[in-house]
Amino acid sequence: MSVHTLTVDGMEVAVPEGATLLDAVRAAGVELPTLCHLDGLSPVGACRLCLVEMETSGHLQPACATAAGEGMAVLTQTPQLQHYRRMAVELFFAEGNHVCAFCVANGNCELQDVAVAVGMDHSRFPYQYPNRRVDASHPRFAIDHHRCILCTRCVRVCDEIEGAHVWDVANRGGECSIIAGLDQPWGEVQACTSCGKCVDVCPTGAIFRKDDTTAEKEANRERPQLLRSAREQHQWQNQ
Amino acid sequence: MAATPQLQLRCCAASGCRSAGSAALQAALLAARDQLGGAAEAVTIKPVGCLRLCGRGPLVALDRRGGDGQEPSAGSTELYAELTPEQAPALLAAATGLGEAPTAQRLDPAHPFFALQKPVVLEGCGVVNPESIDDALAHGTYAQLRRVLLECTPEQVRDQVKRSGLRGRGGAGYPSGLKWDTVALQPPGPRYVVCNADEGDPGAFMDRSVLESDPHRLIEGMAIAAYAVGAEQGYVYVRAEYPLAIERLRLALRQARGKGLLGSGIAGSSFNLRLEVRVGAGAYVCGEETALLASIQGQRGTPRPRPPYPAQKGLWDAPTLINNVETLTSIPVILREGGDWYASIGTEGSKGTKVFALSGAVANTGLVEVPMGTTLRTVVQTIGGGVPGADGPDGGVKAVQTGGPSGGCIPAHLLDTPVDYESLKALGSMMGSGGLVVMGETTSMPEVARHFMRFSVNESCGKCVPCRAGTVQLAHLLDRFVERRATLADLERLEELCTMVGATSLCGLGQAAPNPVLSTLRYFRQEYQAACRDPDQCEPLDACVLQEVTR
Repeated sequence: MSVHTLTVDGMEVAVPEGATLLDAVRAAGVELPTLCHLDGLSPVGACRLCLVEMETSGHLQPACATAAGEGMAVLTQTPQLQHYRRMAVELFFAEGNHVCAFCVANGNCELQDVAVAVGMDHSRFPYQYPNRRVDASHPRFAIDHHRCILCTRCVRVCDEIEGAHVWDVANRGGECSIIAGLDQPWGEVQACTSCGKCVDVCPTGAIFRKDDTTAEKEANRERPQLLRSAREQHQWQNQ
Repeated sequence: MAATPQLQLRCCAASGCRSAGSAALQAALLAARDQLGGAAEAVTIKPVGCLRLCGRGPLVALDRRGGDGQEPSAGSTELYAELTPEQAPALLAAATGLGEAPTAQRLDPAHPFFALQKPVVLEGCGVVNPESIDDALAHGTYAQLRRVLLECTPEQVRDQVKRSGLRGRGGAGYPSGLKWDTVALQPPGPRYVVCNADEGDPGAFMDRSVLESDPHRLIEGMAIAAYAVGAEQGYVYVRAEYPLAIERLRLALRQARGKGLLGSGIAGSSFNLRLEVRVGAGAYVCGEETALLASIQGQRGTPRPRPPYPAQKGLWDAPTLINNVETLTSIPVILREGGDWYASIGTEGSKGTKVFALSGAVANTGLVEVPMGTTLRTVVQTIGGGVPGADGPDGGVKAVQTGGPSGGCIPAHLLDTPVDYESLKALGSMMGSGGLVVMGETTSMPEVARHFMRFSVNESCGKCVPCRAGTVQLAHLLDRFVERRATLADLERLEELCTMVGATSLCGLGQAAPNPVLSTLRYFRQEYQAACRDPDQCEPLDACVLQEVTR
């Protein structure tokens, strides 16, 4: 297998061919916040939190969706990048209705975690208080769109791992929303296998089990990667 | 036969003139010809594409050719504007020497609006009948495709394009020859050629005019491009808002297939090409190349991070050449006259000509093709005639907006800037696709910025957070300036957020969305400061601006 060597914040790392910049950053032991990315799902580069600076050109590239190349040099923690990351998290909070105190995912929420990681304790941008829906038509699960950050992990896990493609995105811009089936109540979508993968990968409390109340959501965000390696490399958890 | 001059009336049948009633006018001309009889029967009445001065349609050109059937020279052509169907008999009578021409409607072809234009891309616009392949063939269309297929290797074609120095006319200005090489030199396998005709910038109608006026030239350019990069399948992605362009393009494709100029074994060579039209569904973002390709594949039209670029991995992961209408339409002329000829027009870094759609507060609105390096002042004041009813050194112009919602406003004092990619970029605007909106002195710049920001809010695809949520916040901030309730902190936040959205958005549209704000902040900062609730806190202001606020 051919190997690429590159530097991350001045540190030399070697990654196998086909690895992403995010793999390289992690190989260097650097923590990079991510929201839309999840191991085992195809990258979309939408949340912009894992942006890194290419040292030579100064361009910003999403680490999750950029292939690592020989001789690349990336910077991950410039003051500018940290500033942008903080602003992106502020925009996420201002855009939805995120109230940790009574959220099912409180304490187990990746949006909460990145807010801590980037040092965002308040948003300077006015909250939009959008009027969104809650769909509790599914017998076991529910989706609260107020908490959705449109990372599309649910869309991708259902399409790429479960193969049911229950979820998709409708409309555009700030009007974007995750829809079930042909914009039907989730409970009416016959394609849904009730596998719960979307619950497991949701970074916030947007998709949750109905049995859970405040701060009780447990997510299993390793599930897509485990399933993928099981299928592709025949490596099983119990081996 | 040689004694009698041939008379030809060319009636504009493109969208601009059609909306001004050119269809009724043409019908009236045909009826009048039948009624008048005699000499009038020898007058050819032909629908053509854009005759440029769209603001004064319907336009009709009258050619008085010499008896030998040669092309009309400038002196033998008369141009008439704003004709009504009632004036049709008078025009015909005048043409045949039996009456007085409607002089009030007559335009001067020596006027700078016409005289300073250099038609290269628009060579056939207003000359050929866009619905007739025979007329297109008679004017030399497809001659270069035939020649290239028989005489040139793909490398030779790409070499001419490289020599021409042609750069992408969609806005970004990437060297076309380099892009063609990148596609051609990918590992063997299928390739695609795509024409981006999803022209969405407000105030831009260059591509529409080309599609409606001379579709065969575009098809020829695409076929040559496909040959040069080794593609056998291509798509023209046109926005649904251009029904006439789609209709004429589809007709042209059918005609070209019928003549063996598309399909298998084109013009007796071994080259095959299938071309199809794909119609967009009303998303501005689908003008972004990766979103456009996703849309062609039947997916949601959202961009994806690049690299890989479409030249490496495009449609169905195959190398894909994607060029704008104007770029591809330049190709036949470049091959006919040679790359060096094309490179002799324009400036050092920007070769050839550029088509602009001139609109807004300007006397002469319409389609303008000028050599690169022409100054904005020439385009706006000499060709455009400045703001109607205004005078002064800058002709009442306050600013010129180029590049649509991705571009910026260039203030009147910089009108002497030559039009080329680098100069416009240095001013914080961009070449863009060619929309040129002139703004008069009464225009409020924060309002202009808000207008474009609202456009970006509506047209953001919603994939990445800086564009989806950032533009919403920017629009709210701009509301505060337009409503004169902003604070100094808002001004700081506005700049900070503009920088962030520009630096971190996923695609070019998000990255360029703050440009209208940033460029107006750069040249008209006082208007923003004056809009603060407490202007005294701002940096020292012009007395006149303060007066305006207190008034």
